[in-house]
Amino acid sequence: MQYQATVTIEQKQGMLDPEGTTVKRALEHLGYATESVKTAKLFEILLEAESAGAAEQKVDEMCQKLIANPIVDNYTIEIEEK
Amino acid sequence: MKIAIIQFGGTNCDLDVLHVLKEVMGLDAETVWYKQEDLSGFDGVVVPGGFSYGDYLRAGAIAARTPIMDSVKKLAAEGKPVMGICNGFQVLTEAGMLKGALTTNAYPKFRCHWASLRVETTDTPFTSKFGKREVIRLPIAHMEGNFYAEEETLAELDENERVVFRYVDENGKVTDDANPNGSIENIAGIVNEGRNVLGLMPHPERASETILGSDTGRKMFESMADYITENF
Repeated sequence: MQYQATVTIEQKQGMLDPEGTTVKRALEHLGYATESVKTAKLFEILLEAESAGAAEQKVDEMCQKLIANPIVDNYTIEIEEK
Repeated sequence: MKIAIIQFGGTNCDLDVLHVLKEVMGLDAETVWYKQEDLSGFDGVVVPGGFSYGDYLRAGAIAARTPIMDSVKKLAAEGKPVMGICNGFQVLTEAGMLKGALTTNAYPKFRCHWASLRVETTDTPFTSKFGKREVIRLPIAHMEGNFYAEEETLAELDENERVVFRYVDENGKVTDDANPNGSIENIAGIVNEGRNVLGLMPHPERASETILGSDTGRKMFESMADYITENF
């Protein structure tokens, strides 16, 4: 089966997000008040796996080994059958 | 004695380091393209600065996972010295050879200027030629130099004198103004548990000839060379 995994990488709570802060400030210049703006990275990964669970396990491994840095990042994985 | 200078796609301080080691200091050094996986015959490694793999994913993340890094780890496990400069520091943290992570500067700007640093320990193969708490000046040039580590890691680094350099003012005081990138506890360089793997954001190779303004950085390479001569 083919699955699409959507991986979202967010910085852990308390980490500085200079890009988010800069965008927040620019929004203020445009007249939009916001509580906070955070940036995140999104990866769409297409892969073959026997089941949704197996796909998630594979992608979780990928996150731990490369895609996320566990010191500074949190990540979530969503699996969708293609 | 032979020192390897690792080159990845996007490395750009390799030839500066080679110039200092070979031409200025008269040491035997060679650049090694990352596809060469064999580092036998080398007694030390420098992972130089630059923008390996365009800083894709995270600075240093891709380079850290190339096969040559397994050879660098093997060499480090033998006690041989490994120095990661700037992007090289990022590569070593991403490879898990050093604790912590280097994130975007608190003010997200590329900072390129001289910085004052305090030598926190002379008990490393890279700082034996300095005085303890000596204040030195080295150039910095980076946008992802904001060192971060969890409290537990910081305590471990402090306890074993593994913080090697901190950003300080001219009088050697740790201040927020002297911190160019928001690094936690003004940390500019650390060593691993075995003390033979160093990562630092400043560029000693850019301060190794008086004609270029300073030769302070050369002492780091001299310390490293002495250590190799004495131990290998």
